[in-house]
Amino acid sequence: MKKSLLFINCDEAKHICDKAEYGEATDWERFKLNIRLLYCHITKSYFKKNKTLTENIKKSNVKCLQSEERSKIEKQFNEALAEQNKN
Amino acid sequence: MPKHNIDPNNWVKLYSDYLFNYTITRVNDREIAQDLISETFLAGLKSMKNFKGEASERTWLISILKRKIIDYYRKINSNKGKAEVRMGYINSDEAEGDWLEERVSDPFDKTAEDTLENTELGDAIYDCLEKLPVKQADVFKKKTILNYDTETICNELNITASNLWVIIHRARTALADCMDNSWFN
Repeated sequence: MKKSLLFINCDEAKHICDKAEYGEATDWERFKLNIRLLYCHITKSYFKKNKTLTENIKKSNVKCLQSEERSKIEKQFNEALAEQNKN
Repeated sequence: MPKHNIDPNNWVKLYSDYLFNYTITRVNDREIAQDLISETFLAGLKSMKNFKGEASERTWLISILKRKIIDYYRKINSNKGKAEVRMGYINSDEAEGDWLEERVSDPFDKTAEDTLENTELGDAIYDCLEKLPVKQADVFKKKTILNYDTETICNELNITASNLWVIIHRARTALADCMDNSWFN
């Protein structure tokens, strides 16, 4: 089946929703998503949940370690673990 | 019979971010938080034989971490620590009154209820993240919490951009479902 330029399927719409949450959807993609949102309740529901998830994460101000910070802790711990296993 | 097992090999992978989030909200310094987490893991390793399996590994590690945080504050509130803090407020005519301005409460500051709710929300997010496969959680945290570029994550984890978006989609769907009942209504 030929792919429509303007009308996208649900999976593509969800993919654009995800990208939009990180500001990585293009204007054209957002336009196509907005059209789908007009008539697809599944996309609309996913869009809403996805937005709420992002808002909650921002609101919670949750933090995690940077890769290098975690590697440092891991290295230190693995050395201690190896030492303990030796004894 | 113990309900939970202990396996230190996965501690850093599974709990370091949760412990970090717990610590940073209490000490507000990344370096100190990392030191406290390292100390917690090492203390846990030393006292593994005391783990009875009644609580989960995470709860057990948090109980060790709480003691480490208390010890940290005890140390900085010792006489020596207090003297160091006072040093910054020695009498000076030019700076008179500055200390008052620095200490006055900020009307736009968060209330205790806001902070409590955000802490609970943070805990709920971490509880749900823990249910995800390790790689999914890792990609999600890098992309959403640390705001890494797609390219950086792909290079670091050796995955393609489409792989990344599939992982992100699965993680977001699982998280939204997990948090659905308590926070999405």
